[in-house]
Amino acid sequence: MSSERDHSPTVMRQGLRVIGHAVRAEPRIFTGAVLASSVYGIMTVGSSWALGWATEHAVLPAFRAGHATTGTLVTAALLIVGVAVLKAAGVIGRRVLAGIMQYRMQARSRRDVTRQYLRLPLAWHHRHPTGQLLSNASSDAEAAWAPLAPLPMAVGVVVMLVTAAVAILLVDPVLALVGFLIFPAIAVLNLVYQRRLSPLVMRAQQLRAEVSEIAHESFDGALVVKTLGREDAEAARFQAKADRLRDANIAVGRIRGLFDPLLEALPTLGVLAVLLFGSVRLAGGDVSSGELIQVSYLFTLLAFPVRALGWVLAELPRSVVGWTRVQDVLRASGSMRYGAARLDADGPARLEVRDLSYGYSYDAPVLSGVDFQVRPGRTVAIVGPTGSGKSTLTQLLVRLIDPDGGRVLLDGTDLRDVARGEVSATASLVPQQTFLFDDTVRGNLALGDGGEPVPDEKVWAALRLAQAEGFVSALPKGLDTRVGERGATLSGGQRQRLALARALVRSPRLLILDDATSSVDAQVEGRILYGLREGSPDSTVIVVAYRMATIALADEVVYLEHGRVADHGTHDELLSRCEGYRNLVTAYEREEAERAALGADEEVVA
Amino acid sequence: MTARVEERRTTLRVEQRSAIGTFRRGLALSPEFRVGLPVTLLLAVLATLGKVIVPIAVQQVIDRGLRGATPDMPFIRNAVLLCAVAVLLTALCGYLMNVRLYRSTESGLASLRGKGFRHVHDLSVLTQNTERRGALVSRVTSDVDQISTFMQWGGLMVLISCGQLLVASVLMAVYSWQLALLVWACFLPLVVVLPRFQRWVAGAYTEVRERTGDMLSAISESVVGSAVIRAYGSEDRTARRIDEAVNAQRNAQTRAQKIVAFTFPITELVGAAAIAGVVLLGVQLGIGGTITAGRLVAFLFLITLFISPLQTATEVLNDAQNAVAGWRRVLGVLDTPADVADPVGGVTLPRGSITVSFQDVGFSYPDGPPVLHEVSVDIAPRTRVAVVGETGSGKTTFAKLLTRLMDPTAGRVVVDGVDLRKVKFSSLRERIVMVPQDGFLFDGTLAHNIRYGRPSATDDDIDLAMTELGLTDWLQGLPAGLATPVGQRGESLSAGERQLVALARAYLADPDLLLLDEATSAVDPATEVRLARALDGVTRGRTAVSIAHRLSTAQAADEVLVFEHGRVVQRGPHAELVRQDGVYADLYASWTSAARTS
Repeated sequence: MSSERDHSPTVMRQGLRVIGHAVRAEPRIFTGAVLASSVYGIMTVGSSWALGWATEHAVLPAFRAGHATTGTLVTAALLIVGVAVLKAAGVIGRRVLAGIMQYRMQARSRRDVTRQYLRLPLAWHHRHPTGQLLSNASSDAEAAWAPLAPLPMAVGVVVMLVTAAVAILLVDPVLALVGFLIFPAIAVLNLVYQRRLSPLVMRAQQLRAEVSEIAHESFDGALVVKTLGREDAEAARFQAKADRLRDANIAVGRIRGLFDPLLEALPTLGVLAVLLFGSVRLAGGDVSSGELIQVSYLFTLLAFPVRALGWVLAELPRSVVGWTRVQDVLRASGSMRYGAARLDADGPARLEVRDLSYGYSYDAPVLSGVDFQVRPGRTVAIVGPTGSGKSTLTQLLVRLIDPDGGRVLLDGTDLRDVARGEVSATASLVPQQTFLFDDTVRGNLALGDGGEPVPDEKVWAALRLAQAEGFVSALPKGLDTRVGERGATLSGGQRQRLALARALVRSPRLLILDDATSSVDAQVEGRILYGLREGSPDSTVIVVAYRMATIALADEVVYLEHGRVADHGTHDELLSRCEGYRNLVTAYEREEAERAALGADEEVVA
Repeated sequence: MTARVEERRTTLRVEQRSAIGTFRRGLALSPEFRVGLPVTLLLAVLATLGKVIVPIAVQQVIDRGLRGATPDMPFIRNAVLLCAVAVLLTALCGYLMNVRLYRSTESGLASLRGKGFRHVHDLSVLTQNTERRGALVSRVTSDVDQISTFMQWGGLMVLISCGQLLVASVLMAVYSWQLALLVWACFLPLVVVLPRFQRWVAGAYTEVRERTGDMLSAISESVVGSAVIRAYGSEDRTARRIDEAVNAQRNAQTRAQKIVAFTFPITELVGAAAIAGVVLLGVQLGIGGTITAGRLVAFLFLITLFISPLQTATEVLNDAQNAVAGWRRVLGVLDTPADVADPVGGVTLPRGSITVSFQDVGFSYPDGPPVLHEVSVDIAPRTRVAVVGETGSGKTTFAKLLTRLMDPTAGRVVVDGVDLRKVKFSSLRERIVMVPQDGFLFDGTLAHNIRYGRPSATDDDIDLAMTELGLTDWLQGLPAGLATPVGQRGESLSAGERQLVALARAYLADPDLLLLDEATSAVDPATEVRLARALDGVTRGRTAVSIAHRLSTAQAADEVLVFEHGRVVQRGPHAELVRQDGVYADLYASWTSAARTS
């Protein structure tokens, strides 16, 4: 906490710089908002002047004389209402323009950040947790521009204070002195208040996020929590965090509870001082009663808006943090570079992988020296133990990530030399984890990029091949049914089949399936695999697989072990010469045999 | 498909209580709110009285201090000093009230969160309906926050505003009933109009919330779907969709801001009209001698006391509505009875080999057709059982009943001769553990996750377990071994690796019956076999029940249970079932067909 206070001059400077960016981005709107706010500021002072004028020229003379001049009275009433109307116009203009500016800047940051997400390579995504990226685009973009909401008002308040100072000075220097003591005191008190409050509020917000994270995680893992009987332990973990949030909120409340009444008491004391000293001045004939009322009323009016200065200052630290995080994303470099080569050959693609290596961290390579070739039209199974780098390899094959060393060649062209969009037009990967967009079935399959729409017959053909035709035609709106996060509920197997159809509808020249049928029923899977073999003669197919049924479908097998190609050949070849492969694929059969033997032993023991 | 229909039926109870009823029930559930409430309210009243000090002082100074030709300075000095003391005292009351209010409300809300969280874990909706989880999270986070905001701001504002209006009105009536009536006549129409404004504002903000939801989900696609977007080159399309959502949210926000901006100054305009009216009428009354100048001027100050309560009224109303809705949702969770309850005085079963028996078990979801009929099955100790059947055949329901994630609607499940409903939860969870397919991991290290099933396990225990499971090789390939962070939901590991960790976690928990729900679907066959052998622990005498869609699992089992349309239609060893004409033979044929076509 103390460190934040030590650094606050820097924070203040950075915060003002952030505001400067916004002002430069929206100069007209900002000017409009400030002008409107100035009208509001001047009219606030004006309303006390109108009241003073009414007291001095309409009320008191009438009381003294015992009769009233209608003209003066009407003027007084019109003055009061007229000033109020102008003030209201200022308020409306200020609020509307401040809102437009704030929301425009937020939207701009969000668009910029998400553009960057789409531009940056997948490797960058791997290095950043999902939650962080989401909050960069939502809450950080919001926090960065939060000071823009009270900013015009704060500027208007400065105008108001200057006008007020002049107005009081014109009335009486002694009363002005009271004002010059009280208002800076309010401003300073408010500054102290916000300085002490903002770290506490930030801590409470942080804890609120942490409470929410625990709830999310615990509920997502409910099955694990429940089946291991850990509900009470989870509840204790959650309660501990909720209690910390409670304490943080109480700490916030203590500061608020102290400063809010003080900030209200200060101008009240100011009015009392004005009454006291004003009476002395009145006795000396230096001020009139109307002026005394005018100044007292001004003090009541100014007390609240002066706090707006504090609101801006309060938002600055949060704004700087949000802005910095947004900038970190925008500054991130390392986008993928594309060449100019095109992949416009017809028929199935030829794939070469040369001395490929890749690691998520420098000391633990996932793949090293991977080398193999796939002739056009062949179906190749990639087999290997869990954690041997198969999924990483599939991502390299469609250039989701670039290798640390070695090359991937499609039709003899290094993927890095291929023009943007060409690889995805040629090769389709169906990843292990199914992802559906919050869109219709058709939208999810076609992913139309403004080009010519995919004809329905083609979509249905792909669905048929993926064994998804049946359940899609049973959906309430068929191809136009919304699926994805907030759409119709589909089972894991159904989602996988849609993801598969998404690849097939493109008639890719290279099709890569990364364990893409794991949630599909065995019978259905069998039909899919059979269909693929018979129905896609124009594709080279790579399948990551464990199951014999899938492997049997392949012309050849690449066997990976510890991130290296341990062997490459037909299933039969590998079976006879590669021990690791043999152990892997015949595990079930050997298990059966051994189990039978063990069972016999057990019976003997029993 | 049937599983999908079932999911929809198990939803949260919809709370239909009135606002007052909600409030009452909420207070009953959180007694902390009422601790010291009378004193807090008294302090609030005293703090509110501070608001009328200035009008009174102004009136006194003008009417008594400045009555004569020269000001009565001693009187003015005393009056001002007295008022100053009163101001400080009321400020002190304000401080004490705030501190007490924050302390009692925050304590109440923290325990409400805790109660809600614990109760959610007892609701089957959590495990049945994954799409509702986000809503459940907000029950213990944002919904409670809304109550908190109201209690510490809106609710307080209602009290202060009402107090302020009341005190100001009383004082006005004392000074001049005619002017008081005039002021009320000016402000009364607002009381009618403001709720309408509030509905507009609330509607606009509902729109903002919905557009914000759309925007967040569009943004999340660019992050969660980053691999698919790149693989299919759909960056431009995604960018376009995000732009649309972001702009729609911006427009909704701007619109809401405009409505607020135009409705906000209305109160002040009415205030100005009231002041003008008071001046006009007051002067006439003054000439008639019914009111003093000081009282008239005091009115001008008193009118400002009317403005701020009415100005915040729309916001307070919003706040109150949100709080009642939030509270209703939280209570909705707390008042939904737990689907399975820990029996009072439940039986603790001694550890050791376990006998399970399903006796005429049936199950149907509320208002739904039965999904399981008259299932009678005995599972002998130390056996390996495979459960097979098509999607929707009832095998998942069977698993949920066996682990008591749900209770049967007919018949009973008996473990070691005791009805499962009478077994203490802690004992049950020690003896029967299920490993689900998705291998969920908590954000933390590998060791943290493996230890989850048995927190007392030492590092040596974990090392030993990993050795016994044959996972040391894999472990050594990881950058930091057991200290490797797995990331949120384990996303730094591959699907197969997550399953390895989930299995190690269950292994360390060492139950007597292990239920594997396709728990090794992404693991390579050699590892799978090794794990299966270690997990059913031939020497340990553990029972293993596997829900499978793979032939190998069924082949390796001592007994296969074949489910169809919610019934066990066949049972026996694989070799025997294959020879029979029936569902299993068909399944077997389809399992092997793909291999045969090659």
